[in-house]
Amino acid sequence: MLRILNKIRKTSIVTEPRPTTGEAALDEISERLREGVARRFRGSLAIRAVDAGSCNGCELEIHALNNSFYDVERFGIHFVASPRHADLLLITGPATVHMETALLRTYAATPDPKLVVAVGDCAACGGEFGCSYASRGGIANVLPVDAVIKGCPPTPQALMEGLLEALEKPRR
Amino acid sequence: MNPFDWLSELLARFQDEHILVQRGSAIALAPAHLLGIDPEDWGRAAQTAAAYDCRWAGIWAEERGETLQVNAVLVRNGDHLVLRTAIPAGAPRLDSHTPYFPGADRMERHLRDLFGVDFSDHPDPRRWSRHNRWPEEAHPLRKSFAADQAPLPPQPEEDYAFIPVQGAGAYEIPVGPVHAGIIEPGHFRFLAVGETVLNLEERFGYTHKGIEKIAEGRDAFGLARLAGRVCGDTTVHHAWAACMAMERAARLAPPPRAVALRALLAERERIANHLGDIGAICNDVGFAFAQYQFSRLRELWQRDSAACFGHRLMMDAVIPGGVAADPDTPQLQRLRDGNARLRQELPGLYPILDDHPSLEDRLVTTGVLAPETARRLGVLGYMAKASGIDIDLRRDHPYAPYDHLPVATPLFSAGDVAARMKVRMEEILHSLELLDKLLDELPPGEVQRDWRAPAADSEGLGLVEGWRGEILTYVRFGSDGRVARFFPRDPSWFNWPALEQLIHGNIVPDFPVCNKSVNGSYSGQDL
Repeated sequence: MLRILNKIRKTSIVTEPRPTTGEAALDEISERLREGVARRFRGSLAIRAVDAGSCNGCELEIHALNNSFYDVERFGIHFVASPRHADLLLITGPATVHMETALLRTYAATPDPKLVVAVGDCAACGGEFGCSYASRGGIANVLPVDAVIKGCPPTPQALMEGLLEALEKPRR
Repeated sequence: MNPFDWLSELLARFQDEHILVQRGSAIALAPAHLLGIDPEDWGRAAQTAAAYDCRWAGIWAEERGETLQVNAVLVRNGDHLVLRTAIPAGAPRLDSHTPYFPGADRMERHLRDLFGVDFSDHPDPRRWSRHNRWPEEAHPLRKSFAADQAPLPPQPEEDYAFIPVQGAGAYEIPVGPVHAGIIEPGHFRFLAVGETVLNLEERFGYTHKGIEKIAEGRDAFGLARLAGRVCGDTTVHHAWAACMAMERAARLAPPPRAVALRALLAERERIANHLGDIGAICNDVGFAFAQYQFSRLRELWQRDSAACFGHRLMMDAVIPGGVAADPDTPQLQRLRDGNARLRQELPGLYPILDDHPSLEDRLVTTGVLAPETARRLGVLGYMAKASGIDIDLRRDHPYAPYDHLPVATPLFSAGDVAARMKVRMEEILHSLELLDKLLDELPPGEVQRDWRAPAADSEGLGLVEGWRGEILTYVRFGSDGRVARFFPRDPSWFNWPALEQLIHGNIVPDFPVCNKSVNGSYSGQDL
C-alpha cells in the first residue's frame, strides 16, 4: 500500500490545464467545454460510444480522453453503458451494413433531445472504406448527425474540440 | 535444425496415404513452400498434417477464370507450407479441415459465405461473415458480385441458432453487438446457472467492411493504407505484413534503414498496446491505480510516436518499398528518452502488480486456457505464450531485421489471466531491449526504394509477429500493378475461439477481465 501511495505522490497530477501541443486557440477549449456542458447539460454530459464498424483506431483515442492527461470527466463528461442514459452518441466507423440495425436501435433507445457526433474520417464520409456492398459510408447516411470530428483517428484534442462544436451548435 | 527438415517426413506420410503432391515450389511463395494437391486429397492432407503435429494457420480462396483456387497454410517449427488446390468455380466443393483443426472453423465459414465454397463435412452450417442482409446465393468475393451491390433493407439479425438453454435454473444472457464499454461491436451469448458460465458463443461479423473486396483494383500504396486500417491497434504490423507480401511479389527489398525503422515502429506498437492492456486488465477488476499509471505511460509513449512519426498510432508509416518517416537525431533522442522513462518507471510498478493481493485473487486461476486446448485451437501470440506454447515468428522464422537481433520471449504455463498479463509485462521489457539495440545500430542511408509494380500474376506472402501474434497476409497482383487479391489473416481468428473455451466454469462478472486478457480484434477478423 505504501508503495502505491508513494507512486501516486511521485506521479503527482499530470492532468493538463489545457491542451499544450496545439495552437493558442486551444487555450480556451477546456474552459468552453466546461461551460458548454454546464450550460446545456447542467454540468453532466452522458456519452454513449457506439462503434458502427470502425477499425478500433478511434476507440483507442476516445479511451485516451479518460486518461489523466485529458480527463474529460473534470468537465462533467462521462461515458455511460446504455444509450438510455445518454445525452450524446459518439459514433465511430463507417456504418457497416451489419451494424445498421443495431445503430438505428441504439439511436431510438437514446432519449430526446440527443446529439449525434460522428467521429473519424470513416464516420464522416466512409473514409478508407467508402461505400461498398458492406458499408453504408458516413454515419449521416443512416442517422441525422449534429457534428463531425475528422481525423484518422482524431487526436484526443480534436475530439474535445469536436464535442465543443456539438455543444455550441444551436439546437436542432 | 534446418528450415523444412520436417517436410520430407510429411511428404512421406502423404505418400503413405496416397496423397498426390504436384507443383512443389520453394520460391513462388518464399519463405513458405508451396504444394499443389488434388481437391479430393484436401481433407486427408489435413488429417495427415494434424497427425504430424502441424499447426493450421489459415485458408483463403481466389476466383481465377473457371476455377476457384484455394490455399491453406500449415506450420511446423516456424516454417510455413501452403497447400494449394483448384476446384470448379461453378460447383466449388471441398472437404473441411475443421474436423482435424478446430481453429479452421470460422475461416472456412468465412470462405463459404464470401465465395460459396461448400465444405460438405463442415460441422457448422451457420453463416459467419455474411449476415442475413445477404441472400443465400450472394457471395461478395465472386467476380460476378459488384462491389457496390446494395444489400437487403435493414432487418433484425437472423435467428442465429445459438446452442439453446436447457435444464432448470439455466438462463441465457445476450450481450451486444453494442457493448457497455468503448469497444468494438460483437455479440456474446452466455448460458449461465447462477453466476457460473456454462457456455459462451461468439457471434461476429458486425464490423464486416468488405476489406477483401475493396482491396481489389488498388495500387500498392492504396493497399498499404487499407492494410493499416484492417485493425487500428495493429496498423503498423498489418501494413508491414501487406508491404512485405507486395515487396516479395515485386522482388524488391526495402533498404536496411527502412527495415530497422519498421521493426522500431512494430516494437513501439507492441509496447503501446501492452501498456494499454495491462492497465485495462487491472481496471476490469477494480484496480484503478494501474489503469491510471499505465494509461499515463501509454499516452506519453503515443506522444513520442506522434513527435517522431507524425501519428499517435504510427498509421501510414510503413509504405511499399520502405517507410514514410525518417526521424532526425533529436527525434531519435526523444525515442531513447522514452525507453529510459519506461525502464525507470516499470521496475517500480511491476512489483505492485505482482504482489497486490486483490489482483492476485481475481487474476490467478481465472480464465484458464489449458495448453492442450490452446494447441488444438492454434492460438497465437501472448495467448500461446501464456499457455505453454513457445512460438514467436521473430525467433522461429526470423525476418529482417530480427535475423540480426536477439529475440527473447517469455513463456508461462498457467494459461490464466495473470499469465496473459505477465507475458505482456515481460514482452514490454524484451521489446525495450530490441528498441535500444535498433536505435543504437540504426543503419544509415535512404528509407525508401522506388516502388515498381510487379508483373501480372505475381504473388507474395507477408509474415510478421504482430503484438497479438502471427499475421499472415497474401497479396496477388493483376495487371497494371493493381491488386487482384488481398487476404490479411489476423491472429484474432484463432484467439477468439479460445475465449469461448477459457470462460467455462468462470463467473459472469469475470467475463470482462477474461475478454480483456484475450483482447481479440473484431475488425481484424470481420474484415
